[in-house]
This record gives sequence, structure tokens and C-alpha cells, in this order.
Amino acid sequence: MELIWDGLRTALGLVAGLDPQVLEVSLLTLQVSGLATVAALVAGLFTGALLALGRFPGRRFLQSVINAGMGLPPVVVGLAVCLLLWRSGPLGGLRLIYTPAAMVIAQFVIAYPVMAGLSAAALQQVGPAFRLQVEAMGASRLQLLGAMLWEARYGVLGAVIAGFGSVISEVGASMMVGGNVVGQTRVLTTAIVLEVNRGNFDVAIALSLILLGLTYGAAAALTLVQQRKR
Amino acid sequence: MKTPVVEVQGLRVEKGGRSILSIDHLVVEEGEVMGLVGPNGAGKTTLLMVVAGLDMGFRGRVLVRGVPLEAGNLLSHRRRLGMVFQDPQVLDLTVLANVVAPLRYRGVPGREARRRAMEWLERLGIAGLAAHPARTLSGGERQRLALARALVTGPELLLLDEPFSSLDAPTRAGLIADLRRLLAALGVTAIVVSHDFTEVLLLARRAVVLMGGRIRQDGEPRSVFWHPADPEVARLVGMDNVWTGEVVSGPGGPRVRLGEWELDLPCPHPSGPVQVGVRPEAVTLCPDGRGLRAEVKAAVPHGPLIRVEFAGPVRLVALVPAAQGLELAPGARVTVDIPPASLHIFPTARP
Repeated sequence: MELIWDGLRTALGLVAGLDPQVLEVSLLTLQVSGLATVAALVAGLFTGALLALGRFPGRRFLQSVINAGMGLPPVVVGLAVCLLLWRSGPLGGLRLIYTPAAMVIAQFVIAYPVMAGLSAAALQQVGPAFRLQVEAMGASRLQLLGAMLWEARYGVLGAVIAGFGSVISEVGASMMVGGNVVGQTRVLTTAIVLEVNRGNFDVAIALSLILLGLTYGAAAALTLVQQRKR
Repeated sequence: MKTPVVEVQGLRVEKGGRSILSIDHLVVEEGEVMGLVGPNGAGKTTLLMVVAGLDMGFRGRVLVRGVPLEAGNLLSHRRRLGMVFQDPQVLDLTVLANVVAPLRYRGVPGREARRRAMEWLERLGIAGLAAHPARTLSGGERQRLALARALVTGPELLLLDEPFSSLDAPTRAGLIADLRRLLAALGVTAIVVSHDFTEVLLLARRAVVLMGGRIRQDGEPRSVFWHPADPEVARLVGMDNVWTGEVVSGPGGPRVRLGEWELDLPCPHPSGPVQVGVRPEAVTLCPDGRGLRAEVKAAVPHGPLIRVEFAGPVRLVALVPAAQGLELAPGARVTVDIPPASLHIFPTARP
């Protein structure tokens, strides 16, 4: 019991005191996961639109691949990106391994199928009557997509919430491709694992609280937008 | 001769192996308001979707101002027409933004688009709702929005797919009156789909009757109303009395014999079997006892009128004013009159 209370007390102290190291780790976490989410959103929307509106051979196959990808284990993604970026690997020349960029890539791979799958589902929810109506109003394909995205915006926001949640909370891939280097690639999840291994439960609790706070804050902000005027 | 706005040639549409449409030739001229009527499943909506360029699953040719519809010109075609659906979908935006949208799609700048949209909201009587979310509108207001949205671009062709059928009677009446005024003022070429012939009578100058995907009759609405091409069309336009009788010659000219009833024919006709029809509105009650003897079977309200069913040598339906109809209890024996001029002789059935 004492362990928990002590932990909580130290944690609150670290958070309240804006410990520079904790701040740095939190900021990097937001940067890496935010960037990965935005990139995955752009690519995911494109793929989602293709799946929902397009008619091309292999559409069903692509849809099944995306759906399967929504449950991709982060460690496997980490391994794959690691192998690609390894100094002697095919993209080793880019010298990205153990940099934040490598983590963004790995997290992008994790979030992209989630975004694509969920935004395709949201677009497919828009009824055929709506599509016909907008087409009859003289919309081009791109304008139709715009109208459908607006119609499906709550579902798309749901995709963003799910995508961001999946990358900010993952640890395996970030650990493998980032290496958990102090001041360079240490993010909240990897730091928590390290501190627990070291026995520093109080720091681990502090970092966990911050992680929970960030996840909750982002989800709450998006939910607020999503539920406005509903 | 001017190029027709729409010309359909050898149009065939099949869905799931079933023929939906089979139209050899149909032309819609500039400025014409055409009513397209038919029962459910007649192919009316399908034809409209084909003409709108929203359903390309057809064989044959659809020419719009002489240019055949094809995948490459659908967008420019759709941008020249306005369309109102039976159950219009609205964008989850304000009423004004909904009317602005088709202008925005065509690249009209914002200020100009808003000005034109407001102008049309005023013409449709819903300018006061401009800032309201479109999803909060009532059925009638939503149809007015849909009309404003279809007309704001100044379409060359207006396509209306049963625009009134999901509205209640008073709302519908108001909207039909307004649309009638608008169509007359604009002179826009239009196709109005309906399964209610009275709408066509009020709005259109030409009626095309579609049944089972084929054109059964094409003519002035009044002429279809009084002289339907066959008993099925008769039923569609509300000519409830269709009988098979025998033409005999009488002292004052040919008469048609229906059992013990004999009716004067309005024009010469060779003797033999004949199919005749009478609109229920044309049948009158004769208080003086002269006329055809009939027994009241049932009397039910029909709007402000009473719909009375009589048993005679044939089944007879009449629409009579409520004041007269209320006197008619089932079993009552009365006499009725059918003016010769109201008697429609169907063209001899094809062998």
C-alpha cells in the first residue's frame, strides 16, 4: 500500500513541478504520435474514399487487408520497420533507425489501417440516396467526396480518436525502432517500461498519469467536436 | 425544327433479368411540361434517372439537345439540369448553404451564389428559414428547399420525381399551386413523375402513361383523363366504370346494351361487342325517377364527395355531392343518369 501512496505523492510532485525531463518525454510523445496520426489520417482518408467510392479490381481484397491490418500487433510492425531501416537494411541509407522519424513511421503503419478501415466504414454508411442527390446537384467526384466526408464527419472523427489512441499507447514498436534513447527517442510508454524495470514505481506512476491525461484529453477534445450540436 | 431537349431512342433497361423499361421513342420538346404517370413499378423513376444521367445501365440512346449521354459528358449534363426527389436529401448545413451548394459546385463565387440562393428562397417562401439547419425542416419546407436548390442554377431541364407524394394534403395543395405558377413563369422544360393523375392535370400539358416499362398512352392530360387508351389506363386515371356491352341500333341512333340497361352512344359505332368507360364524376342521381334503376351497395366518404357503389346489371361507381350521397343507405333503390357525352368507347381490343 505504501508503495502506491509514495508513488502517487512523488508522481504528483513531478507533474506539478513540471519536471523538465518528464516534460520533454511528454512533448516528444505528442509530437511523434500526433504526426503519425495526421499522416495516417491523410493516407487513411484517401484509401477509405477509394474503398467506399471506387470500383476497381481487387477492392474487396484491399478491404480485407485493411480490416486485418486494424489488428496488426505493434511488435510485428516494429520488427518490420526495424528490418527495413536497419543500417544494412534496404532503407538503411536513410539512417533513420533510433530516431523519432523511425517511430513516426512505425506508428503510421499501426494507425493507417485503423484510419482507412474506419473512414471507409463511415463513408459506406452514407446512403445511396444521399449520393444520388449530391450527384444530381451537379457535384464532381471530388465535390461528392467532400459532401460525403462532411456527412460522415462524426465517423471520421471516431477513426481519428481510435488511430491516435492506438499509437500513443503502443510500446513495442517505439521501443524497437526508437531504442528508448534518453533525450532523443524516449516517449512515455517506453519510459514507463524502463522505470518499472528499474524499480522506480513512483516515476512510472507519474508518467502513466500523464499518458492517461494526454489520451483522455485528446479523446475528450475530439469527442466534444464530434458530439457538438447532436 | 428545333432539336428536342430530350430524345430517347430504343431504350431498354433490365434489372436482374427482368425488363424494367422498353421505350422505342420518346421526345420532350423545348418548354414542354410532361407528366409521367403510371402505377408503382412502372419504370417512371428509372426513366427519370436515365434521363438525369444517374443510371447508365441502359441500352439504346438518350440524346440531350442532340448529344448522346455517355460516361464522358455526364457531369456537364447533370450541371444543366435540376432535380427534385420524392424524399429529398439535404446536406447537414443551413437551408441557405444547401441552396448555395449547387452553385458552388459550378464555381459561382460565394457572394453571388448567396444572393441568388436568397432570391430563390424568397420565391419559394422560405427565406425566413435561411439560417436554420436544413435537417430541422418539415416535409413541405424540405420540398420547397429542394425546389429552390433545383431551380437556383437556372436549369435547362427540370426533373421532378413524385415531389409531393410524401406530403399531407394541404401542404401538397399549396406546393402544387406554387409549382404551377413557377413552371408557367419560367417556361422551363420539365418532366414530372407522379402516380396521381390529378397532379399531372394541374401541372403538365402532356401526359405519358407508363405501364410495365412501356408507353401506353401519350397525349394531352385532359384527353387521357376522359379517353384512356385501355381499361388499365382507365383504372389509373380514376375511370372506375369499365364495362363490356353490345352495340345495338336504337330509334335515336346506336345504343350500348348492358343487361337491362341501355345507354345512348355519343357517336356512330358498328354493332357488336364494345368496351365502354364512364368516370364516376359523370354519373348523376335522378330524383325524378327517370333513368337507370340501380341499388345502393355501399357509400363511403371520398374527400368532400361520397363514393357510392351501385349494383345493377353491371357494377357502377359514382362520386356524388355529400348532401345527396348521405341519403343513400345500402339497399336503397334509386335511378341514375349517365350523359352520353361522358361515355368513352375504348378502341377495339387488339386480337
